[in-house]
Amino acid sequence: MKTIIINYGAGNIQSIKFALQRLGVKAILSNDAQEIKTADKVIFPGVGEASSAMKKLKESKLDKVIPTLTQPVLGICLGMQLMCNNSEEGNTEGLEIFDTDVVRFSERVEVPQIGWNTIRNLKSPLFEGVRENEYMYLVHSYYAKKCDEMIAESEYDINYASALQKNNFYGVQFHPEKSSKAGSKILENFLKL
Amino acid sequence: MLTKRIIPCLDIKNGRTVKGVNFVNLRDAGDPVELAKIYAEEGADELVFLDISATEERRKTLQKLVLDVAAHVDIPFTVGGGISSTEDVDRMLQAGADKVSINSAAVKRPELINELASKFGNQCIVVAIDAKQIEGKWNLHLVGGKVPTEIKLFDWAKEVEQRGAGEILFTSMDNDGTKDGFANEALTKLSEIVNIPIIASGGAGNMEHFKDTFIKGKADAALAASVFHFKEIGIPELKQNLKANGINVRL
Repeated sequence: MKTIIINYGAGNIQSIKFALQRLGVKAILSNDAQEIKTADKVIFPGVGEASSAMKKLKESKLDKVIPTLTQPVLGICLGMQLMCNNSEEGNTEGLEIFDTDVVRFSERVEVPQIGWNTIRNLKSPLFEGVRENEYMYLVHSYYAKKCDEMIAESEYDINYASALQKNNFYGVQFHPEKSSKAGSKILENFLKL
Repeated sequence: MLTKRIIPCLDIKNGRTVKGVNFVNLRDAGDPVELAKIYAEEGADELVFLDISATEERRKTLQKLVLDVAAHVDIPFTVGGGISSTEDVDRMLQAGADKVSINSAAVKRPELINELASKFGNQCIVVAIDAKQIEGKWNLHLVGGKVPTEIKLFDWAKEVEQRGAGEILFTSMDNDGTKDGFANEALTKLSEIVNIPIIASGGAGNMEHFKDTFIKGKADAALAASVFHFKEIGIPELKQNLKANGINVRL
């Protein structure tokens, strides 16, 4: 099985690579369109600011490639946000895979949200063997609004979509690679899809 | 609901864990990666590695340690100590650190916070603030608390938030090493004046102190070292105790 982590200069790639390594999978880091197209599984990470991450994605022309992929794709954190229609952060146009928008948490709460929060209403093979209200590690200032493609939700300020799925595309706001055993289980489930 | 975090801090010197009482008299408390794995297993929510070595090779040694930790530990961790440039931060994040903590470098050149936040995102920039009361006023101290400054704690906290810090790690030098509890009054004031998470540090001696800093001090996270390293407090027991006291923790 060929697992690729998209390496476009905007992600904590090392942690994901190590998390997969702990599952016995040696992932390839790549920003090459051909290589990515031929992978069995694609992980699309992202950390940092949305508009600059999108700019980097466009520089490597991956913004045109990702939406056409047919194998399972997992967007993590900013990766998931970039797969939505658009983000309030830097007025960024997204890849329009998930039909929802990304907006900033209100000033009623501390921003960014940093720490462990629960995920619930789990609805996807991605969460097989993961209990309702399991804790996941999250670090983010912007969130995806609830929508039909939501497969998990969390509460901070409001209820929002902490995971999304449309066909072969999956997105998680939390960091499975940093979420202890339950996070590892989610990665393992993704690899089995 | 977002939970309160328990964060063991590992002071690192030349690749080994140490913990000073009031930042002096260092004692050896083991191998950092082994300790980190144990803490993750026991339910620590995050880890902080604070490098206090002053050698030429420190960068390389620390980078190697970060890689080692990232390979073996499945919870988030922060690296701090001597980080003073964009390149330093880049190196640590590339090696697998989730966040970096900056202290003196931010005081010397506050623009560094803006630069780091815009390049890496504010979520991975922790500003560590060491302060001590001088005639009833909280003043910033540098170099592990040894050098007093004229800068006032609350002004600085507000400034670092505006410049893009994602979190504040506040250590009270008056409480650190005393095991008499955290500086809850100052912590409460901090959480009132800024809208980013505050990590309380300095003074943990028993489980009650953690409960107090979450309730009275309104802290988002509590950091401690020796009580964990010397097994005076077990993390599973601590979290059970906090839960029994109505504090939302990850179990």
